[in-house]
Amino acid sequence: MNVLSAIINGLSAGGTYAMIALGYTMVYGIAKMLNFAHGDIIMVGGYAMFVTLLLCRQPLLALAVAVVFCVLIGILIERLAYKPLRGASSLAVLITAIGMSYLLQSLAQVIFKSAPKPMTALQIGGMLTFGSFSVAYSTLITLAATVIVMVTLSLFIKYSKTGRAMIAVSEDKGAALLMGINVNKIIAITFAIGSALAALAGYFMLAKAPSLSNTLGAMPGIKAFTAAVIGGIGSIPGAMLGGILLGVVESMCNSVPVIAPYTDAIEFSILILILLVKPSGILGKMRREKV
Amino acid sequence: MRTKNFLKNYANYVAVALFLIIAVVMSLTGMAKMNDLLLFEKIAIAAVLAVSLSMVVGFLGELSLGHAGFMCVGAFLGGKLASLLAPKLGGESSIPVLVISLLVGGLVAALFGFIIGLPALRLRGDYLAIVTLAFGEIVRAVIMNLPSGLFGGTLGLKTPRFDKKTLFIFAFLVLLACLAVTQNLIKSKHGRAITSIRDNEIAARAMGIDITKYKLLVFTISSFFAGMAGVLYSYTMSSVNSANFDYNYSIEILVMVVLGGMGSINGSLIAAALITFIRNILQLKLEGDLAVLQDLLFAVILIVVVIYRNAPSLKNFREKYNIKALWAASKKKKADKGKKEA
Amino acid sequence: MEASNQSARPVVLRTEHLCIQFGGLRAVDDVNLEIYEGELYGLIGPNGAGKTTVFNLLTGVYKPTSGRFFLCDKNLTGKSPIEVNRAGIARTFQNIRLFNNLTVLENVMVGLSNQIPCNVVESVLRLPRHKKSEAEYQKRAMELLEIFNLAEYKDYLAANLPYGKQRKLEIARAMATGPKLLLLDEPAAGMNPNETQELMDDITFIRKQFGITILLIEHDMRLVSGICERVTVLNFGTALASGKTSDVLNHPEVVKAYLGE
Repeated sequence: MNVLSAIINGLSAGGTYAMIALGYTMVYGIAKMLNFAHGDIIMVGGYAMFVTLLLCRQPLLALAVAVVFCVLIGILIERLAYKPLRGASSLAVLITAIGMSYLLQSLAQVIFKSAPKPMTALQIGGMLTFGSFSVAYSTLITLAATVIVMVTLSLFIKYSKTGRAMIAVSEDKGAALLMGINVNKIIAITFAIGSALAALAGYFMLAKAPSLSNTLGAMPGIKAFTAAVIGGIGSIPGAMLGGILLGVVESMCNSVPVIAPYTDAIEFSILILILLVKPSGILGKMRREKV
Repeated sequence: MRTKNFLKNYANYVAVALFLIIAVVMSLTGMAKMNDLLLFEKIAIAAVLAVSLSMVVGFLGELSLGHAGFMCVGAFLGGKLASLLAPKLGGESSIPVLVISLLVGGLVAALFGFIIGLPALRLRGDYLAIVTLAFGEIVRAVIMNLPSGLFGGTLGLKTPRFDKKTLFIFAFLVLLACLAVTQNLIKSKHGRAITSIRDNEIAARAMGIDITKYKLLVFTISSFFAGMAGVLYSYTMSSVNSANFDYNYSIEILVMVVLGGMGSINGSLIAAALITFIRNILQLKLEGDLAVLQDLLFAVILIVVVIYRNAPSLKNFREKYNIKALWAASKKKKADKGKKEA
Repeated sequence: MEASNQSARPVVLRTEHLCIQFGGLRAVDDVNLEIYEGELYGLIGPNGAGKTTVFNLLTGVYKPTSGRFFLCDKNLTGKSPIEVNRAGIARTFQNIRLFNNLTVLENVMVGLSNQIPCNVVESVLRLPRHKKSEAEYQKRAMELLEIFNLAEYKDYLAANLPYGKQRKLEIARAMATGPKLLLLDEPAAGMNPNETQELMDDITFIRKQFGITILLIEHDMRLVSGICERVTVLNFGTALASGKTSDVLNHPEVVKAYLGE
C-alpha cells in the first residue's frame, strides 16, 4: 500500500510540476528562450493570494486574483525585459531572465520581509480513507485540476485559432509573421497562459504546504524546468509527461528513508543523463542548426 | 611605443600588485582593521572566481551556473585536507598545508570541471546552463548528506582559520596566478581558437579547430581556479557549510562577469572588486530585511546593462554613444584643432 | 589529345556513388565527381538540387548514407569536419560564417591554427616558441590579407566589414588552413558586378599562386562560364550532366532543368 500512496502523491506533485513545466515549455517553444524567472511567478502569485486573503478570506477569490495578477506581471516582464532582446544572443536573454528571477525574489523580500507567511486559509484538509489506505483530498483535487488543465490546454492549442497560431510561431516566427500572425500578441498570450498556470500551481503547492516565502518558486521552478527538458522542451505533452514522471520519482525516493536526502541529487542526475543520452528529451524533436 | 605595449599587457598585474603592496603596508602599520583584512580576502577570492568564470562565459561563450559548485568541491576537499594536515604540520597557519590544500582542492575541482565539460561538447546555451546548475546542486546535496564524519554533514565542516594578517597575501598571489594563466591563454592562438568557437562553432570546426580539446580545457582551467578560491574561502572561515554554495552564489559571480563586460578580463577583475567592496559597505549600512535591497539593486543593474548592451534596437545608439567612440571623437577633435592651428 | 592530357593530372577529389538520405528524401543520390589537380570545377543546379548538401558531405558535416570520397586517394568518408579540414579540404559558407567579434587579422590567424604549432603550456608559460609562433602568425596572416586586398582592414571587427569584403575574408580564412581543395559555396552571392569581377580575379590569382584545386557552387552563370573549366549539374540530388563548361551549359537536359519545359 505504501508504494501505491507514494505513486498517488507523486502523481499529484507531478501534476504541479507539469503545470509549471507547461509554462517553460510553451515559452521555450514560442519565444525560444529559457524563462528563468518563470518559477518566481509562482511566488508572485503566492503573495497576491496572501494580500487578497488579508482583505477577505475567500481562497477561490484569492486564486482568481493571483491568476489575473500573474498574467499581468508575466506580460509586463516579457514586454520590459525580454522583448527588447528579441534577436539578441540567447546568452543575453538567459542572463536577463536570471536577473529578473533575482529581482522578483529580492523585491518580494523587500516588500514582505523574509519571515515565511502562514497560508493556512488555503489548506485543504481531510483524507479519503479506504480501509488501511488513505489519500489527502488536496492530492486528489490537484490531480483532478491537472487533468482538466491538460485536456483544456491540448484542445485549445489544437483547435483554437490562437492555438494554431502558436504552433505556427513556434515552427517559424518569420513565416508566421508573413502569414499575418501578430507574433507579439502570440508571445504575450504564451506568457499569459504560462503565468496563469504558475499561479494555479502555486495555489496547489500552498494548499499542501501552507508556508509562503520569497523563494517559494525557486526550487520547484528548476525542478519543473527539469521536467520540461526530460519530456522534451517545446513539447506540450512532453511537459505533462516529464512533470508526472519527475513527481513520481521524487515521491518514490522520498518514501525510502535512506534515499530521501538525495532526492534532489537524483532528480538532477536524471536530467543530466537524459540530456546526454537524448538531449531532445522523451517527446521532443531535435533540430540541427542548418549549415 | 614599447612602454605603451607594456602597460597594455601588464597594467592589471601592476594594479593588483600595487593593491597588494598597499594592503600589506596597511596591515603591517596597523592602519587596516580586522574588517579591512577580511575585505581584502573577499576581494581576492571574488576576483579569482570572476576571472576564472569569465573564461567560460566571456570567451568560450557558454553559460555556467555551477561555478559555486566547483568552489564547493575545492572548499570541502581542500578544507578537509587542511583540517587533517594542519595539526601535524605546524597548525592552522602552516604555509605548506595551505599550498598543498590549494593544489589538491584546485586539482579535484579541475577534474570535476573536466567531467562537466563533457556534456558541454554536446549541449549548448540554455541546456548547458541548466546542466551546470544541476551539477552544482548535486555536489551540494551530496556533500551535505554524506555521513557527518566525512564533511560535517548539515552542520558544516570545521576548517583551519589561517592567520588573518597574512591570508590575503596568499589570496592575492592566487589571483595573480589566475590572471596570468587566463590572460596568457586568451592572448594566444588558443585564445583565438576559444573565441572563434564562441562566435561560430560550425565555422571553427570547419577551420579544423579542435572544439573538444578547447571546451574541456576551458572548463578544466576555470574550475581549477574556482576550486582554489574555494580552498581560500574555507581558510577564511572556521567552518564551511555547503548551503553557502547554492546557485545564487554562482549567479552572483556571473553578475560580476556580466557587469564587467563579457570578454574582458580586466572588466571582471574590476567588477569583482567593486561589487565586493560595495556589498561590504552596504552590508554594514543595511540591516535585516533591508540588506536585500542590495540584491534588488544589482538585479536591476544587471537587467538594464544586459538589455543596453545587447538589444538589437539599441545598436545604433550604442555605436554612437560609447566610451570608445566618444574618446575617439574627442581625440579627433583635438587633432583637427591642432592641424588648424598649425 | 586533350583527354589524355587531363587524365595525366593526378586526381585530387574523387567521390564514388555518394548518397545521403534524410528521412525519405534522397538529397544527394549517386554523385560521382573526379576533380584533377589545379582544376576549377563548378557545381551548379537549381535551388534545392543538393549542392550545399554535397559540400556538407565533403566536409564531414553530414555522414553519407552510402558511397565514399577520397582526397588524393585518401579515404575521408565518415571523418569529422575537423579531420577533413586537417586532411586538406577547406570551405566557405553560403550564409557567411565569420568570427564576428574577432578582427579581420585574427580571423585569418584562426585559420592558420593548425599550420603553426605551439601547445597550451608553451603559450601559458610564454616559452620562446610562443613568441616565435605569434610572429609567424602575424606574418602569414598579413600575407594572405594582402593577396585579398584586405590588409588595410586588418584591425576591423569582421562584423563591421562590408559584405563583399566579408566574402573575401572567408576565402582568405579558408586558404589559411593550407588546403589542397577549396570549396566555395556561392562566393559571389549578393555581390555587385564589380565585386564579382574582383572576386573572379582573386580566385584566378590564388589558383596560380598556390596551385590549388577549387570546387565552387555558383548561380552566377557569367562567373561559372568565365572561370570554371568543367562543371557538374545537379538536379534533385542526381548529376544531370558533367563535362566541359560550354558543352554542359548547352546540354538540352540542363536547359530544361533550369528553365522548365
